[in-house]
Formats: sequence, C-alpha cells, structure tokens
Amino acid sequence: MVKKIFFQLIFFNLFFLKEVFAAESGGMPQLNPEFWISQIFWLTLTFGILYIVLSKLILPKISANLELRKSQIQENIEAAEKQRESSEAKLKEYDDIISKSKLEANNIFKEARENVLKEINAKKETLDKQIDEEIKKVEQEINLLRKGASEKINKIAIETTSELLVKLIGTEVNNSSISAIVDDLSKRNGDKYYGN
Amino acid sequence: MAANPMTQFEVYRIGPEIKIGAFDISFTNASLFMVVSSLAILIIFNLGSKRNSFLPNKVQLLAELSYTFVSKMISDTAGSKAKPYFSFIFSLFMFVLFCNMFGMIPYTFTVTSHIIVTFVLAAFIFIGVTIIGFIKHGLGYLKLFVPSGVPIVLLPLIVVIEIISYLSRPISLSVRLFANMMAGHTMMKVFGGFVISLGVVGGWLPLSFSVALTGLEILVAFLQAYVFAILTCIYLNDALNLHH
Repeated sequence: MVKKIFFQLIFFNLFFLKEVFAAESGGMPQLNPEFWISQIFWLTLTFGILYIVLSKLILPKISANLELRKSQIQENIEAAEKQRESSEAKLKEYDDIISKSKLEANNIFKEARENVLKEINAKKETLDKQIDEEIKKVEQEINLLRKGASEKINKIAIETTSELLVKLIGTEVNNSSISAIVDDLSKRNGDKYYGN
Repeated sequence: MAANPMTQFEVYRIGPEIKIGAFDISFTNASLFMVVSSLAILIIFNLGSKRNSFLPNKVQLLAELSYTFVSKMISDTAGSKAKPYFSFIFSLFMFVLFCNMFGMIPYTFTVTSHIIVTFVLAAFIFIGVTIIGFIKHGLGYLKLFVPSGVPIVLLPLIVVIEIISYLSRPISLSVRLFANMMAGHTMMKVFGGFVISLGVVGGWLPLSFSVALTGLEILVAFLQAYVFAILTCIYLNDALNLHH
C-alpha cells in the first residue's frame, strides 16, 4: 500500500518534472560533458593523494597498532597463564607439605604413645617384681611369725596351765609333763587354729 | 530551482577557469567535495592512528574497526593473496563511503551521483584487475571465459556470454553506484518539494516519507560503498585465484 502510494507520487512527480524540464535546459546534468575532464582530473588527483597517504603513512600505523595490541594482549594472557600455573604448583606444594606434616604428626604421636606405653609397662613390671618380692618377704616373715607363734602360745599355755594348776591344786606340777600334754593338744588341734 | 530535483546534480565552476591545453580542469563543486571527502578521511584516520593507547579512544576505535572490517571483507572474498591490494580497496571503500555520506548533508554535492566519476573508478578497477589477471596467469587467464563442466555444444555460446559479462563489469559497477545515488537524492528532493507545495495541511505525509527516506538513503550510501568495494574484491578474486 505504502509502496503503491510511493510509486504513484514518483510517477505524478515525473509528469510534473517534464513540464519543468521543458522550460529549462532539460536532461540530466550528469550527461553534460562540460566538466567531465575536470571531474576525471580532480578524481585522479584526490583519490591518488588519498591512496598514497593512506597506504604509505596511515594504514601501516593502524596495522602496527593493532599488531602491537594483539601481541600485548597475547603476552598478558600468557603471563596470566604462567602465574596461574605457578600458583597451582604452589598450592600443590602447600597441600603436599600439609599432608606430609600431618603424617609426621601422626607418626610422632604414635611413637610417643608407644614409648609411653613401653615405659609404663616396664615400670609396671618392676613394680610388680618389687611387689612380688615384698609379698614374698612378708610371707616369709608371716611364716616365721606363725612358726614362732605356735611355740610362744605353747609356752604361754604351759605357763598358764602351771599357774592355774598351782592355784587350783596348790602344788606344782612338773612342767615337762604339762608341755607334753600341750604339745600333744596343739599338734592335734594345730590345724584348727592355724589353718591357712 | 527548488522545483527541479535535478539541479542538485549540476556542476559549476568555483573560482577561475583553469585550462591545460584544450582541457578544462577548473575547480568545481564536485572537486570541492572530492577534496573535502579525502581530507575528512585523512584527518579521521590520521587522528585514529596517532596514539596507540591500550584502551582506544573513539576515533582510534573507529579507525581500527574500519581497518578490521575492510581487511576481513577482503580476506573473506579474495583470500590472503589479495593482501597487497588492501590499501587500494580500503581507500576506495572509504572514498566512496565518504562521498556518499557527504552527499547526505543538505545543500552538499554528491560526487558519486555522477556517472563519469563512478565510471572512471570502475574502469580503473576493471583495467587493473585484467592486468593483474594476465600477469598472474598469463594467457591462462582467458580460461576465465571457459567454465569447466559445460557441454562442448554450448561452449561457443557460454564463452560469448562470459566475455560480454566480463566486459560489462565496469558498466554495471559504475551504473549501480551512480543510479542508486542519483535516484535516492532525486527522490528526497521530490518529497521535499511536495512538503513545500502541499503546505501545512498536506505536507506531513511527504515530510514523514522524507524522514524515512533519509534513513534509507544513509543505509544505501553505506551499502553501495560496501557493494562497490566487495565487487572489486570479487573481481580481484577472479584475477588472483582462477577457479574455472
């Protein structure tokens, strides 16, 4: 629709144009050869100068600028890449150190523990030995005392019996006969009193 | 003057008449805009290449983006062999682009709307490409006119067609640019005239058209410069890498 109007307007205008052209010189000024030589001359001159200046002075500079920027950017990218790599390596190193030190710490802890355990065991053994020895000693003493005790008891028994007899009967009885009886009794009942 | 949309294409002398022999090479408004375009290109790209800061400023960015744009265009269409011709294609693209763009400013003159200018450029490209082709491939360059895989019966016809199409390259190249620029500018002038003649009541429609056309013409100005440069690359590609 718009296109139609558009073309109608042009068409209409061309009619209108023809009348004007009829009045004036008419035709396209482009086809008037009056200034053709001049245009060719100035075109050659200006375009030639433009071409020479652009190709010899300006375009090489722009190209160099672009190349320089490109190489700079490339360099920067490479540098960044290198730095990244080095930082990664350092991170790895750091991780290694940490894991190594962890392992070491573990080892040290284990060793210390073993050492302590060993010491404790050794001390325990010596203590046990000491305790055993002391127990033995004490047992010996007890045995000695036990042995002595029965004799002492017999003696006391004999004395008391003799004294009792003196008080009861009023006469002294021979100690040896009393001791024979006591011994006999104690032997018979010894297990009863000193049974372990 | 306002009524005739073709008056904007008229060439007139600025300053005195200069003659070399029988040739009139006076400085005209066309010459003025050629000089202005070239100077603008040189100033912008000189500023853009002066300092090389790691973070480019606007002008430098513009220069470098154009550089990479054109270099990518050339390497995409003509391959790495076309590198020696980079400066020429860059200058060509920039010259046509700036001439087109300067033409978009009201009351200026569009250099590329003249068939003689575009034809000289196209003819130079045509002759240059042909010479490059013959230097690179010798008489083997004539194989360009004999496509492979064509039945022998059709070959005479195909060769004739190929030769005609090859010879019409400068014409198609120059007429494409010239016609696009002229038609666009004429149309804008016509719509501008309608705005005046229809007045406050009916002038809004052509005015809005004019605004839209301005955007379109700026696009066309860029696109035609691009097409001109890329066709040059394609012709160069034919001359450098013979595919047929």
